[in-house]
Amino acid sequence: MIWKFLRGAALAALPAAAIAAAPVDAFAAGTLRIGMTASDIPLTTGQTDQGGEGMRFMGYTVYDALVNWDLSSADKPSVLAPGLAVEWGADEADQTKWTFKLREGVTFHDGSAFNAEAVVWNLDKLLKEDSEQYDPRQAAQGKSRIPAVASYKAVDDLTLEIVTREPDATLPYQLAWIMISSPANWEEQGKDWEKVASSPSGTGPWKLESFVPRERAELVPNPDYWDETRVPKLDRLVLLPLPEPNARSAALMSGQVDWIEAPAPDLVPALEGNGFQIVSNTLPHNWTWHLSRMEGSPWNDVNVRKAANLAIDRESLKQLLGGLMVPAKGFLPPSSQWFGEPEFDVRYDPEEARKLLAESGYGPDNRLKVKALISPSGSGQMLPLPMNEFIQQNLAEVGIDVEFEVVEWNTMINIWRAGAGSESALGTQSINFSYFIQDPFTGLIRHLSCDLIAPNGTNWGHYCDPEMDALFKEIRTTFDPEAQDEVLRRTHEKYVNDALFLMVTHDVAPRALSPKVKGFVQAQNWFQDFSPITIEE
Amino acid sequence: MLTYFIQRLVYVVPVSLGVSVFCFLLVHIAPGDPLTAVMPIDATAEQQAAMRAAYGFDKPLPVQFLVWLGNALTGDLGNSIATGRPVAGEVMRAVGNTLILAFAASLIGFSLGILFGFVAGYFKDTPVDRAVTALSITGVSVPNYWLGIVLVVIFSVTLGWLPSTGAGPGGSSAWKWDVEHLRFIILPAVTLSVVPMGIVARTVRALVGDILSQDFVTALAAKGMGRAGILRHVMRNVAPTTLSVVGLQLGYLLGGSILIETVFNWPGTGFLLSNAIFQRDLPLLQGTILVLALFFVFVNLLVDLVQPLVDPRIKRG
Repeated sequence: MIWKFLRGAALAALPAAAIAAAPVDAFAAGTLRIGMTASDIPLTTGQTDQGGEGMRFMGYTVYDALVNWDLSSADKPSVLAPGLAVEWGADEADQTKWTFKLREGVTFHDGSAFNAEAVVWNLDKLLKEDSEQYDPRQAAQGKSRIPAVASYKAVDDLTLEIVTREPDATLPYQLAWIMISSPANWEEQGKDWEKVASSPSGTGPWKLESFVPRERAELVPNPDYWDETRVPKLDRLVLLPLPEPNARSAALMSGQVDWIEAPAPDLVPALEGNGFQIVSNTLPHNWTWHLSRMEGSPWNDVNVRKAANLAIDRESLKQLLGGLMVPAKGFLPPSSQWFGEPEFDVRYDPEEARKLLAESGYGPDNRLKVKALISPSGSGQMLPLPMNEFIQQNLAEVGIDVEFEVVEWNTMINIWRAGAGSESALGTQSINFSYFIQDPFTGLIRHLSCDLIAPNGTNWGHYCDPEMDALFKEIRTTFDPEAQDEVLRRTHEKYVNDALFLMVTHDVAPRALSPKVKGFVQAQNWFQDFSPITIEE
Repeated sequence: MLTYFIQRLVYVVPVSLGVSVFCFLLVHIAPGDPLTAVMPIDATAEQQAAMRAAYGFDKPLPVQFLVWLGNALTGDLGNSIATGRPVAGEVMRAVGNTLILAFAASLIGFSLGILFGFVAGYFKDTPVDRAVTALSITGVSVPNYWLGIVLVVIFSVTLGWLPSTGAGPGGSSAWKWDVEHLRFIILPAVTLSVVPMGIVARTVRALVGDILSQDFVTALAAKGMGRAGILRHVMRNVAPTTLSVVGLQLGYLLGGSILIETVFNWPGTGFLLSNAIFQRDLPLLQGTILVLALFFVFVNLLVDLVQPLVDPRIKRG
């Protein structure tokens, strides 16, 4: 109540004062100051921590991968693009053998040359524990991103060969995670990653100039960036960790920063009304109930799964979130290149839901009872408590009574890793978990693959369907990108047609920008490009 | 005096040990896995196990405690899980920032508190007293993070006079006591000073009122001593108790305030603690709590030692 009042009071006074007020920090024009949600500066040595946000601000800025994400369009789904490699492909005779042709004439920020040896050195940094440059911190972040890689070698200066464990056409997506840092710089810093952290060197469009742990990092443009169209237009990019949402908003409103990530949803309309730009776009993220397929789970019945999906009034939920969500039509966002044309239409149709439940023998006299695991907060979880209560209400209306087990977010991560069969799951039949779904593995394979059943992998619900596994195999063995996209579409169609999840919504990654910030294009990706941005006074 | 000093110093040992056991247990009882901060959440079970072993989390708790204690005794508080940087360095940097804030807040809080307390006590039961008392009760009662938010709304968002977050241009490592930086400390310091101000004011008021009504004051007045002279006597009598209250409050201020440092994004110990809690960064959490607890113990020790110097009636030893 007090909060509401305060915010109201503050925002009412905004147009008169805040926007007109001079910025507090004195900086040259062309400096963009960003308030991040992370509580620390992401790891600067190459492979970042702090999840998607870390890669966005300290990965794709200072570094490049062999294969980059194309972040230039807001309208089209984001696809892979050549990065430090210009072309790549698997050998037709031996599909585990990949050749990467590397970009010529690229130099690291320290002036040393980029070549195939540097890539081998970087892979050793993550995978080879007895190599001199092995860094446990970067390995913790990077190793799990490239499970396919078995071995690698430099064929010549600009040719790299990677051998995978088994044929795996998703390798380029995996490599888009791996940031290439400079071997020469590591030598120069006394082979000490701690020292590299304060003066790192990559090939990216930005150079890290300085950073104070937990407080700020300052990046300046790399005028010699290999892609001339992506040389930053700004003079400086300042990153500030501001984990507290209200402190973040206050910093924006008082002119201390020009840009904040994830403004609180209830502040968004007011910010917008007062001249701040709210930028958002579909994001490869989803907010679902991951269903248990253990014996005895009511979700084993496809009618029940479909009924629950038809019971959710997503448009009203969108209002609850101030418009900041994309209603789910499937597991992937509707604009995804892999959405396909599923027959089951995910919509709000309580009548049909009741009919389906009746077919399975449920009705007013025999209501279905389910137990669901939720958390009060968590990374990517949006506003879990009100959203889940909304869903509980929706499901009750068609005859499904939901009992919640509420656990703290870190506990929930542990339960998610342990799987639906573990005792720690408290007998629940679903877990409300939000997913990063940017590539074939994180988007589809890891959730339902038979060999990834928890606790060995991330198939929480113990789902195993030979038909689905065959599709996953086909994704991995289809090396032509277009043909692979087609398999991915078929896979997603099966996700939706079998209603394998309670598909609720996708986040839109809202950010609030000062009206001075121009030229930002929000790609449909977790990572973003800061090069085209300018500041107009 | 020396025996007393040594005795007090020896007491510090079991207290510190108790504190370290307690904070170690507290941190380990809390749910959550420290590895979530350092690994993608879908890292394989095998990778997690390797990481757990690398940090020593696979050992039984008593063993972990002894290893930690052994290292702590040599000044090595381990490395932060989330950042990989040495905990001792992280804590010391944060302590430095909290000291700056605590210094500014005590300057405001103690001077105003003593002044208000004196005025209220001297003019006891007059409108002046009631006004000052109301002010100090408000100071103690208003939740200070709320006050912080209100100050931000008024002075940063609406008026745009003062910055709302951070420790100034260039971050805390570039801190200077100049106008450009002091602007950043005003709001958090004022917010932080309100509670100690209220507590000190109330203590001083009660003491002054009490002492003024004692016989020796009447005797001094009867002997013809002027108002200033009497006040000097009152002041000396008020000092020892005030000092112990101030010492206790100083301990609180040095501990940093999680809420205030979070509201203002001030990179001190409170801010560090809240980050450590959210990231389940156990070594950082343990190290920070230990250092803060020891601070408290030592400030109290210092107060106990200084008190007899101020008040000869307190004989130690």
